[in-house]
Amino acid sequence: MPAITETREQVEKLGQSSYKWGFETDIEMDVAPKGLNEDTIRLISARKEEPDWLLEWRLAAFRVWQTMTEPTWAKVTYPPIDYQDVHYYAAPRKKPGPKSLDEVDPELLRTYEKLGIPLHEQALLAGVEVPEGEEARLPVAVDAVFDSVSVATTFRKTLAEAGVIFCPISEAVRDHPDLVRKYLGSVVPAGDNFYAALNAAVFTDGSFVFIPKGVRCPMELSTYFRINARNTGQFERTLIVVEDGASVSYLEGCTAPMRDENQLHAAVVELVAMENASIKYSTVQNWYPGDENGLGGIYNFVTKRGACRGAKSKISWTQVETGSAITWKYPSCILQGEGSVGEFYSVAVTNNYQQADTGTKMIHIGKNTRSTIIAKTISAGHSDSTYRGLVRMLPKASNARNFTQCDSLLIGDRCGAHTVPYIENRNMSARIEHEATTSKISEDQMFYCRQRGLSQEDAVGLIVNGFCKDVLKELPMEFAVEAQKLLQISLEGSVG
Amino acid sequence: MNALAPSGRSLAPFEARLSGVHDVERKSAAGDLARTGLPGPRVEAWHYTNLRALSGHVFAESDVLFDEKEARAVLASVIPEGSIFEKLPRLVLVNGRIAPGLSSSTASLPEGVSWSSFASAPDFGTQTSPQRDPLVALNTALASDGMQLSVATGVKAGQVLLVSLALSSSGVVSFHPRHNVALAPEASLTLIEISAGNDGQELYFHNPVLTCSLAEGAHLEHVKLQQEAGNAIHLATVYADIAGHATYESFTLTLGSALARHEVHASLAGAHAAVHVNGAQLLGNTQVGDITSVITHSAPDCISRQTVRNVLTDRSRAVFQGKVLVERVAQKTDGYQMNQALLLSPTAEIDAKPELEIYADDVRCSHGATVGALDEEQLFYLRSRGIAGAQARQMLVEAFLIEATDLVRDEVARTLLDGALADALLNRITAEERGS
Repeated sequence: MPAITETREQVEKLGQSSYKWGFETDIEMDVAPKGLNEDTIRLISARKEEPDWLLEWRLAAFRVWQTMTEPTWAKVTYPPIDYQDVHYYAAPRKKPGPKSLDEVDPELLRTYEKLGIPLHEQALLAGVEVPEGEEARLPVAVDAVFDSVSVATTFRKTLAEAGVIFCPISEAVRDHPDLVRKYLGSVVPAGDNFYAALNAAVFTDGSFVFIPKGVRCPMELSTYFRINARNTGQFERTLIVVEDGASVSYLEGCTAPMRDENQLHAAVVELVAMENASIKYSTVQNWYPGDENGLGGIYNFVTKRGACRGAKSKISWTQVETGSAITWKYPSCILQGEGSVGEFYSVAVTNNYQQADTGTKMIHIGKNTRSTIIAKTISAGHSDSTYRGLVRMLPKASNARNFTQCDSLLIGDRCGAHTVPYIENRNMSARIEHEATTSKISEDQMFYCRQRGLSQEDAVGLIVNGFCKDVLKELPMEFAVEAQKLLQISLEGSVG
Repeated sequence: MNALAPSGRSLAPFEARLSGVHDVERKSAAGDLARTGLPGPRVEAWHYTNLRALSGHVFAESDVLFDEKEARAVLASVIPEGSIFEKLPRLVLVNGRIAPGLSSSTASLPEGVSWSSFASAPDFGTQTSPQRDPLVALNTALASDGMQLSVATGVKAGQVLLVSLALSSSGVVSFHPRHNVALAPEASLTLIEISAGNDGQELYFHNPVLTCSLAEGAHLEHVKLQQEAGNAIHLATVYADIAGHATYESFTLTLGSALARHEVHASLAGAHAAVHVNGAQLLGNTQVGDITSVITHSAPDCISRQTVRNVLTDRSRAVFQGKVLVERVAQKTDGYQMNQALLLSPTAEIDAKPELEIYADDVRCSHGATVGALDEEQLFYLRSRGIAGAQARQMLVEAFLIEATDLVRDEVARTLLDGALADALLNRITAEERGS
């Protein structure tokens, strides 16, 4: 017991200081006035020089949103949000259309440097050395989103040669309108839910990815989201379309400055996988979680959904959720194509007064569809963490399979860990297995490690990493490194 | 009674009777109901079980007089004459009212056990929460009779039968019996609750509430057989308050009614208490069977166990909602929950929601759920030994359900359940053969 008490104390010591991404960048911003009405939407649309159909789409979404009420079923509590007290558009003031990185505000680039993002094409991730004799690792292409707009996208030429489109979504609207129009809102309709409707009305930027038939994306694609300005919400929208036989691995990271106010982030991510296509979507979510008293932090209300439209397509979500004051996020898969596969691997860590309500939905429509859910939840401090998931087998999903495993680890006796799975089966040949456990770090495990000379912190670190191993091993290498570091910081004091 | 929450269903089926309510308690419950309405699908606890079957009727009070011959016939269908069950002390309700002529005399009760009718001295107790549970509010407003049973300190009371019969009435009726069982310290009892109805009568709605309070070290085994008429609506709510070292073990077997829900709220209030909320459902036609439970651990070192098995044929649907709430003080909790379903028809459906809500760190809680069809390999094994397909299937289904009823500790009660289960399976298989 004393060992655990010590851990708890150390966890409690975790203060503001540990969020090292909390700086603010001082650059000139172009900000829309506070408040949300049709004029705001027209302004956003005009700033982005959007076609009429998109403005209409936004306005329709806004009208639907006005009739909707905020969902209250999640196990999170927060004071009412004043949606009129937010800037819906904030963009770094720029010379018109940066053609290359050289034109981007150097202050901005320094920010991304601080965040450790390899914006410059030659920059490989620190710490990744290429052993002699081995082929150099393929670099990662990055789309960086600063508040409302995408500021830089790297490696565009290499990607274009392969036929891959990877650009800010606002640019895609301009350059590839047919593609965007065809797929935008086809997975997450504009009126899908309260936050998705809000996003559809006011989204400002995000990434667009299109991988044509048979192309294996030559490098990993990455987007880095950064909220910088005060009183702004960030509403980005990502759309990834992968055609027959193509594949892509996509990484998403995010941070925000430390503020004692709460900021809203309501993103939408849509994935479309056609026949034999494969999408691997990995997230390391590290928005500012608030301080040790629960002051400030990002409200992360995100809708992520992937549609496996073609036969034998595959969508795999991997997420490491360590940030945000409140997380409301359920990356889902609609398994429509025969034999399509959905995966969800998640580690959610909450500390102090963080609240996370996260999980997934696997909707099995087609025959022989398969899904796997592995969710690991770690709660410490005064936090509350909930796994909420749905597995639904529809009548035509013959021989569909699901396996779900949810494990919760509690550190300290003032936190909560909850599991709320929904299981719906309407096909007799479908098979569903679900298991969930809740436990703490056992005395035996601690004793075993300590007795072999590991320090208290190293022991907890080892055990927590072991607890999350099934998920972490799914992450691309450079993210796995970052994720492990994040786990350490999030549970600082208990992890060596 | 027109003000309804947006998600609520109209109270029209009961409006006429609710307006005649005057007592303070009943009036307050009717007020709660007026505020919420009957729960609609947007109410999380009723997400999977829709009460629209209640609308479209106006439920009258049941007739006071009944046909004794009909009553005895229905009674014999659940308690065969000459069986060991016939000798057990029993209290029989007909259409929600105690029928002394069919019940055992008070004198036949074992020493230390006593019962009285709710009608003679209505006591609603403090365990229920009509503000939260609309059907309990409805019961509170309209309850007319029920059993109030108590067992004195240290008395091992053996088995007591509580039988509720629904007989032909002149119209669509509802009854809302209110039962209470109180066990003094170290007392023990097996309560066998049977609900049965006469098939071929008009639709009826049986909405019983049972409150159980178990003092230190008491032991209550509550075994329920639900065999209502095929068109009946049976929505039962049970509250159990369990003191330290006491055990509430329950098992419910759902065979009858068109729409059924067995809802248990168990509260482990003292250290080293235990609760078992087990059950099985064998459903066919368009039956909907719902087992819902909320187990609250409010004290350390308690144990909760839950095993629910469902077998579904035709277009039937089973619902399982099991919540285990572990409060901050409830360290060293040991909770386990398992829900399994066998789907025997392409149109059957199972919806399950096993839920853990945990605020204490030193606990061991787990739940599991499996859903699937009969195992082809097991079928093959039996068939390769010369057992015909239909029979092999029946054997596997029976084995699957009997593994659940095996959890019933009281042998007499278990025999009763297994007998009812065997009959039901036989009927179902014959029906299947007739159909093919």
